[in-house]
Amino acid sequence: MNSPIRRVSAGCLLLVLALLVNITYIQAFQADELNSRGDNRRVIIDEYARERGPILTRDDEPIAISEEVGGDFQFLRNYPEATLYAPVTGYYSYQYQRSALERAQNDILSGDDDRLFVRRLIDLVTGEEPKGGAVKTTIDSEAQRAAYDGLEGYKGAVVALDVQTGEILTMASTPSYDPNPLASHSFSEQNEYWQTLKDDEDKPDLNRAIAQTLPPGSVFKLVTAAAAIESGDYDAESVIPGPAEYPLPLTDRTLGNQSGQACGSDDETTLTNALRISCNTAFAYLGDELGDDVLRDQAERFGFNAQPLTEDEMNAATSRFPDDPDEPQTVLSAIGQYDVRVTPLQIAMVSAAIANDGVLMDPYIVREVLAPDLVSTIEQTEPEELSRAVSPDTAQQLTEMMVEVVENGTGTNAQISGIEVAGKTGTAQSDPDRPPYAWFTSFAPADDPRVAVAVVIEEAPDTARDDIGGGALAAPIARAVMEAVLGA
Amino acid sequence: MSLNQRLPRSEATDDEAVVPRRGRGTELLLLIFAVGISTFAYVNVDLGALGEVPADAMAYLGGFFVVSCVAHIVIRIRAPYADPVILPIVVTLCGLGLAMIHRLDLADDSSHATTQLTWMLVGVALFITVLFLIRDHRILARYPYLMGLTGLVLLILPLMPIIGHSIRGAQIWIRVGGMSFQPNEAAKIVLTIAFAGFLVQTRDALALAGRRFLGVDLPRARDLGPILIVWLTALGILTVQNDVGPSVLLFGSFVLLIYIATERISWIILGLMLIGFGIYAAYNVVSHVRQRFDLWLDPFIDPTGQLAQSLFGLAYGGTIGTGLGQGHPDMIPIAESDFIGAALGEELGLAGLTAIILLYALLVSRGLRASLVLRDPFGKLLAAGLATGLLLQVFVVLGGVTRLIPMSGLTTPFLALGGSSLVMNWVLVALLIRLSDAARRPAPTDKPTFTDDAVTQVVRVP
Repeated sequence: MNSPIRRVSAGCLLLVLALLVNITYIQAFQADELNSRGDNRRVIIDEYARERGPILTRDDEPIAISEEVGGDFQFLRNYPEATLYAPVTGYYSYQYQRSALERAQNDILSGDDDRLFVRRLIDLVTGEEPKGGAVKTTIDSEAQRAAYDGLEGYKGAVVALDVQTGEILTMASTPSYDPNPLASHSFSEQNEYWQTLKDDEDKPDLNRAIAQTLPPGSVFKLVTAAAAIESGDYDAESVIPGPAEYPLPLTDRTLGNQSGQACGSDDETTLTNALRISCNTAFAYLGDELGDDVLRDQAERFGFNAQPLTEDEMNAATSRFPDDPDEPQTVLSAIGQYDVRVTPLQIAMVSAAIANDGVLMDPYIVREVLAPDLVSTIEQTEPEELSRAVSPDTAQQLTEMMVEVVENGTGTNAQISGIEVAGKTGTAQSDPDRPPYAWFTSFAPADDPRVAVAVVIEEAPDTARDDIGGGALAAPIARAVMEAVLGA
Repeated sequence: MSLNQRLPRSEATDDEAVVPRRGRGTELLLLIFAVGISTFAYVNVDLGALGEVPADAMAYLGGFFVVSCVAHIVIRIRAPYADPVILPIVVTLCGLGLAMIHRLDLADDSSHATTQLTWMLVGVALFITVLFLIRDHRILARYPYLMGLTGLVLLILPLMPIIGHSIRGAQIWIRVGGMSFQPNEAAKIVLTIAFAGFLVQTRDALALAGRRFLGVDLPRARDLGPILIVWLTALGILTVQNDVGPSVLLFGSFVLLIYIATERISWIILGLMLIGFGIYAAYNVVSHVRQRFDLWLDPFIDPTGQLAQSLFGLAYGGTIGTGLGQGHPDMIPIAESDFIGAALGEELGLAGLTAIILLYALLVSRGLRASLVLRDPFGKLLAAGLATGLLLQVFVVLGGVTRLIPMSGLTTPFLALGGSSLVMNWVLVALLIRLSDAARRPAPTDKPTFTDDAVTQVVRVP
């Protein structure tokens, strides 16, 4: 009987081996696949079990926090102001990942960052639940609110910069969205809201302040004016042609002024006056004289053709000056048409560079990274110079020209009593079928600049088409934001 | 399984100077280790889940130690030559099971662990009783037909009105005076004894070849009777009680025993064919079986179901596990029952689950080793039957929860919550201890004691 017992023993051994091979396959090799399945609640619970660090404004207002709610899913991500800061915080969702700072700073917020390693080690020993670090942004809550309130009812965006540091004080975009449903512990709620977002033609989750480029229109004349003065051939008082119509080179088309009239007597005007009334023909002439290389070079020194906010990983769009325009295209580009495309951030950078004696500071949105105790600093962002856009002298002349725009020109709506404001309007036609883009950019105080703003209104449903213009719609918002920053 | 290749003990014991190793000291040492692991697991659960050492940790340690020591002392008295590894393995498995049940109690706010601990005490009491009552396993061979009848009655009991009742669709319970009991756990042992006794008497007839079919020597038709009766009984239980596990276990053990008794591979082939046909029939007739099968093919059609949660748990535990008290085994529905293996796999990881499976393998190998060494055919068959039955049960249930094979209802021996299973498995262990004691006991040198009782046997010369 012993030999069948031995064979049966061998059979038993095979069964044991089968069990062992099977669990080895599941637990060691198939585990990752199983753990990444959407219907695996264990992993979701883990994700929600850690207290995610808060996102703060520069004045310590929490704009994204984790709240302990109890139950299986311990912490709920909450955005107290929801739509107001959505372009800054982004959303944090189990099913739809993360966006904006929630994505870019995820390692810090979740506590996985290497810089928190020692702290995690201590937590492990002391048995504390690991927490995420905090991210303090450069956003000024009052300015942000002013911008968002100003944009109400419009489709548009506002960016405000600290001209001396490059800190982004405001990053508002409308229509906005509510990140809370996407962070919901109810997956069906996440799902539903996500669908609503994706079905919305207005793209509320698009950060119009940095992620979308539009034709700048007349605000680009600042770049053309800067290039002209930098060339040494012109200054603020130079007299240049400013006829009612400018013939486009190599074509039989002409380019006209908005008013349909010449910009000065004898079809001539000074550079200052051309900027003040936003004279198309004068800047068309300058563009033709300077050529596309000079314009492109000037634009690039203001930050064009390079992606901003790469350090902060905010997925900003790159503003473009066309690569190889022909002569008529160069002329059109000089007044911000043809293929020139900019983000509101880029326009704010132009103003900020002019305001900061011609030095462009690299914009950033993360001011400080804090340890989970919210007190000790892990990293503080140091302001950095990005480029010298124009000489101090050019900057001074441009500033004076821009002050003229606000005092006596198209930008009077941006005036602040007691503070000198420098600005420039823009109303960009892109497509005859859609309303023009209303732009305004400014900085203040003109004698000691601190804040630069760019505002764009893409659509203003309640405003008649003819009334849409940078001075009418955008300038008041810029004023409100500047007032908020300056405390005026 | 380690195969004992040693010469028959009688040769060694010819020399009177050789004192056979009893291994009781080893057993005590291993028991201390087993009690230590069990207590550590229990403390670890509370540390992991609540962050504190349970207040009754010392009492638990003491209680476990006392119970183990009592069992150990009884072995010293009644079965001094018993295999020293068996009891420590069983204590370890019980301890790990208790820790996991306690851990699930914490999550579910239940108190199954106390119940299970009580049943373990009852189990140990029965263990002691068996060791005292059955001095020689051969007395069990006397009434195979009576045993067989008892086994069948036990199987049919749950179908009786009034006492029989069904839990979660399986009609395998009887309830008497508020106490629930699964008689098939007892039937498992009784029937194994009956099979062994029956086969000792009839194995020669069964070994005779009948017709050749497809190159396989089929047994004679008249000898097919017993296997067909058991097969039909198994199928009957399956269809009526709606539970595949016990049928597979019953039929599988029986086929293996016939094979061991007759040394004819054709029984295995016939058995496999019948199992295949039985499963095919069950798949087509019993909706329950078909569901289990479909769930096996795609467990994620029900992502909150037992099997999907079991796989998620195993994956979540990964190689080294989450640590006791720190996973989510409570997400597996009724984890403390059939799926306790998956719960342990989650919190102890691949490493822990492997260790548990190897403990079972070691326990079974000790049974098979006793079977090899034993000299009487009944003892050999009984030891082999109990050991392989245990292994089949472990394979069917652990294979089921880890999706190696379709799930069928069987309890995980010693680990799972369930009084009947735990108590009867302690009885099974008592029998294994008894058998291993007989196997390792030095052969009487002068006068054979059992000549009068021994059944006349056909002597085989290998």
